[in-house]
Amino acid sequence: MATVTDVKVRTGRRSELGLLGLAVGLAVLARGLVDYHADFLELDELAIYAAGWTAVALLIHLAIRRWAPFADPVLVPAVLGLNGIGLAMIRRMDFAYAARGRDTDFGEVQIAWTLLGVALAMLVILLLRDYRLLRRFTYTAGVLGLIGLLLPLVPGLGTEINGARIWISVFGRSLQPAEFAKIAFVIFFAGFLVTNRDTLALAGPKVLGMRFPRPRDMGPLALVWVAAMLVQIYERDLGTSLLLFGIFVAMLYVATERLSWVIVGLGMFATGAVLAGALFSHVASRYTAWLHALDAEVYRSGTSEQLVRGLFGMASGGLFGTGLGEGRPDLVPYAESDFIVASIGEELGLTGLMAILTLYVIIVQRAMRTAIGTRHGFGKLLAAGLGFAIALQVFIVVGGVTRVIPLTGLTTPFLAYGGSSMLANWIVIGLLLRLSDQARRPEEVTP
Amino acid sequence: MSQLSITLLRMGFLVLLWTLVLSAIAVLRADLYGTRITARGRGRESRRDAEARAEKTASPSRAATGIRTGSISTREPSAAHLAVTSGPLKGTTIPLGAAPVLVGRASTCTLVIDDDYCSAKHCRIYLEGDRWMVEDLGSTNGTYLGNQRVTDPVPFRAGDVVRIGATALELRA
Repeated sequence: MATVTDVKVRTGRRSELGLLGLAVGLAVLARGLVDYHADFLELDELAIYAAGWTAVALLIHLAIRRWAPFADPVLVPAVLGLNGIGLAMIRRMDFAYAARGRDTDFGEVQIAWTLLGVALAMLVILLLRDYRLLRRFTYTAGVLGLIGLLLPLVPGLGTEINGARIWISVFGRSLQPAEFAKIAFVIFFAGFLVTNRDTLALAGPKVLGMRFPRPRDMGPLALVWVAAMLVQIYERDLGTSLLLFGIFVAMLYVATERLSWVIVGLGMFATGAVLAGALFSHVASRYTAWLHALDAEVYRSGTSEQLVRGLFGMASGGLFGTGLGEGRPDLVPYAESDFIVASIGEELGLTGLMAILTLYVIIVQRAMRTAIGTRHGFGKLLAAGLGFAIALQVFIVVGGVTRVIPLTGLTTPFLAYGGSSMLANWIVIGLLLRLSDQARRPEEVTP
Repeated sequence: MSQLSITLLRMGFLVLLWTLVLSAIAVLRADLYGTRITARGRGRESRRDAEARAEKTASPSRAATGIRTGSISTREPSAAHLAVTSGPLKGTTIPLGAAPVLVGRASTCTLVIDDDYCSAKHCRIYLEGDRWMVEDLGSTNGTYLGNQRVTDPVPFRAGDVVRIGATALELRA
């Protein structure tokens, strides 16, 4: 016997305001340090930057108070903190490249993307008043996701950069449609699984005390697997295919509670990984760069050069880092996008990197908590899927940079330079705000 | 700026970063919402075992946790209390204070009875002057004091038995 008592919800809007203040302070201090070390510090400009950040934070806060008053209080501060550090780091790379005679404006561009991303997230909570609306677009989202995934293959539209064909050029800017396809697929998986979870969970033979799915119920899993493999073959995008497949398996597990799906999924993943390694040279070279990164031969041939330079950068950072603007992260190729984690590891040290990872953990934990609190099956799957997507993406990137897993090109959410990633991840935050708002909103008392 | 202040700023940045992280966690710690489930003794199977054991050892009184389960204490408590003498909650006692006791199936009730014949808010037991009263709150299947169906508030004396579905409540002075 147990008593069930309701615990009053605290909206936490005031705590959010305090945390937002900390996040803004962090962003401004980071930029100040970067500017100082580049001998570029002008207090007027920094004051304008600080005012801009404060205004953005206040606007977000007011928008949430207005349109999602019960939304989670720590999501936005954690994201803004990450975003501020990312902006400072990217600006720092601009200075470093300028010192070497390469003129870049990554920092300014990224500020514009950030503002656009914030606006999109606020638009999500303004327009999407009930997340259950998304369930109506289950199959539409699936089709949109597939189209997004395949767009880079369209001749004339898709562009190939560094051997991966994952960009499309729109208005002179290159976009990665896969980042947006990720959200569409999570919506599709959530809608699909909430309808079909019972067949997937209950039917099938029992082997070793675990219920395995029937072959014909494996259809969707096989389909996603094939799609992921095709992306990998034609677009040479290991990261996205890994991410998509991982999200699907995780959501399948959340929907059915069957460990057998995870085992089947991991088995299929292992098969795919081995097959790809045997068949494609670009995958095989990634494996070599991972396993034999420090071999003189592999390093000299350039396969593992980026990875090893990143590792040395992080090692020189040590426990507390060289300090923002005082290291040499520009020695690593793509230090502002793919390897921003290594740059941060060098300049903020292990202490800073751990704090950054903890911020990601907090974001993911809030998504999972929202999934638990949501009363609707679709919302549970959506929140869990979005949270897991962020977690897996961070794992793939940070794991790749720190040589835990083979390096695959994905962006670090909110930190790395890249417009599509910034916009897509802010949309994810908008969705999570809406979901958590509805999860935490007290139910109207019916007598 | 001197080297010292630069180093301080560098470390200050890390401190600020961790302050953000830790205060976010502190906010999370206070952010419990939803429902809290308090165990009220063990399951029925283990309770039967406990009762058997209690008979052997003959020292059934548990720590004064307010609501007590298991076999009803034979010691005379100082305050009046409400004892459940039959039904799924048999053995539960509730000390009666000045606050009214709400009985029903809803989770907000003081005494939650999981019984199909019990309404969400079934009846209320409250203190009026120095007398305890029992009042039916418009329940579907009725509250019975002895053999009489309760409509208006009626006095609830020590030793009286109130029946709600399969549950019987006894007031003990």
